[in-house]
Amino acid sequence: MHELAITESVVEAITEKLGDGPVAAVRLEIGTLSGVVVDSIRFCFEIVAAGTGLEGARLDIDEPSGRAYCRECRREFTLDDPIMLCACGSADLDILSGRELRIVSVEVR
Amino acid sequence: MCSTCGCSGEDAGTRVTLVDGPEATHEHDHEHGHGHGHGHGHETRTVLLEQDILAKNDLLAAANRHRLAEHGVTAINLMSSPGSGKTTLLERTVRDLAGHRETLVIEGDQETWLDAQRIRATGSKVVQINTGAGCHLDAEMLDRGLTELAPPDGSLVFVENVGNLVCPALFDLGESARVVIISVTEGADKPAKYPYMFRTADLVLLNKIDLLPYVDFDVDLCLRLIHQVRPGVELLPVSATRGDGLDRWHDWLASR
Repeated sequence: MHELAITESVVEAITEKLGDGPVAAVRLEIGTLSGVVVDSIRFCFEIVAAGTGLEGARLDIDEPSGRAYCRECRREFTLDDPIMLCACGSADLDILSGRELRIVSVEVR
Repeated sequence: MCSTCGCSGEDAGTRVTLVDGPEATHEHDHEHGHGHGHGHGHETRTVLLEQDILAKNDLLAAANRHRLAEHGVTAINLMSSPGSGKTTLLERTVRDLAGHRETLVIEGDQETWLDAQRIRATGSKVVQINTGAGCHLDAEMLDRGLTELAPPDGSLVFVENVGNLVCPALFDLGESARVVIISVTEGADKPAKYPYMFRTADLVLLNKIDLLPYVDFDVDLCLRLIHQVRPGVELLPVSATRGDGLDRWHDWLASR
């Protein structure tokens, strides 16, 4: 699954920036429209972090919800899935949030 | 067996191979993990990173994009579920374009050189990327594939991604355009069920239309669902085996 590659990228990015030292916690931001399953990230993190400074680190994951702005009816609303439709029927949307896939911060010992 | 990661050494990591008969140049990759530190005390400090998780991939993709643009090479990322007809379409396209436009192929599969060998038989230069357990191609793999392939300036490179409607969508390779293929034997509801893939398409090909009389496939429904996730994208109905719609496919390629 792609969550494995993504989790490997997280561990790699952290060790590249901060070295192999012990990590207490990692804060990620994974939007609900990102296409990434949070449970799978947790599962993969345990595997990928084993034997590194991130082993046993707490994983805090913020999940910003999808928000869209409809250019047709000028309404801002919550988008729970990647179906680009406003209730007014228009597909002319600006996605404001929900696609985030970032490492926010790392708590080191 | 490798004592660090437990692999057999032969098939660990990604393999990139120029498939050219018995004298194939073979590049071998084998990666190891590293050791770890130990914790002392309970005090911690927070380091703000605020970095996109795929930043490294995206950086490599941008480098690929730049390198391709510098040489006037057009790279098309072809994605679909397994069995939609990607390789058959490529075999046909390469043969049709022979003499008109230099066309090369990078094949992506977990295992085997089967697809690359099929392409090789058309006369096109081809590189096979084997991901092992990997479910998608990424920018680093394309970088290595392009180095092995060495496409001439102005050529057209098709990148046939691993057959998978889920994972490849998330990974920018640095391609010029993304083409998603769905076939009439897969069910018209697939665009709604796999929105992340269809929302990245620059073009959607509906393949195997020669089979329409024999299957229960609602083309209008499929198009409607595609436009719900990717408004305005063009859908080209084609048959890679019978030849339907391929003129419009060639026109689209000529415009890239």
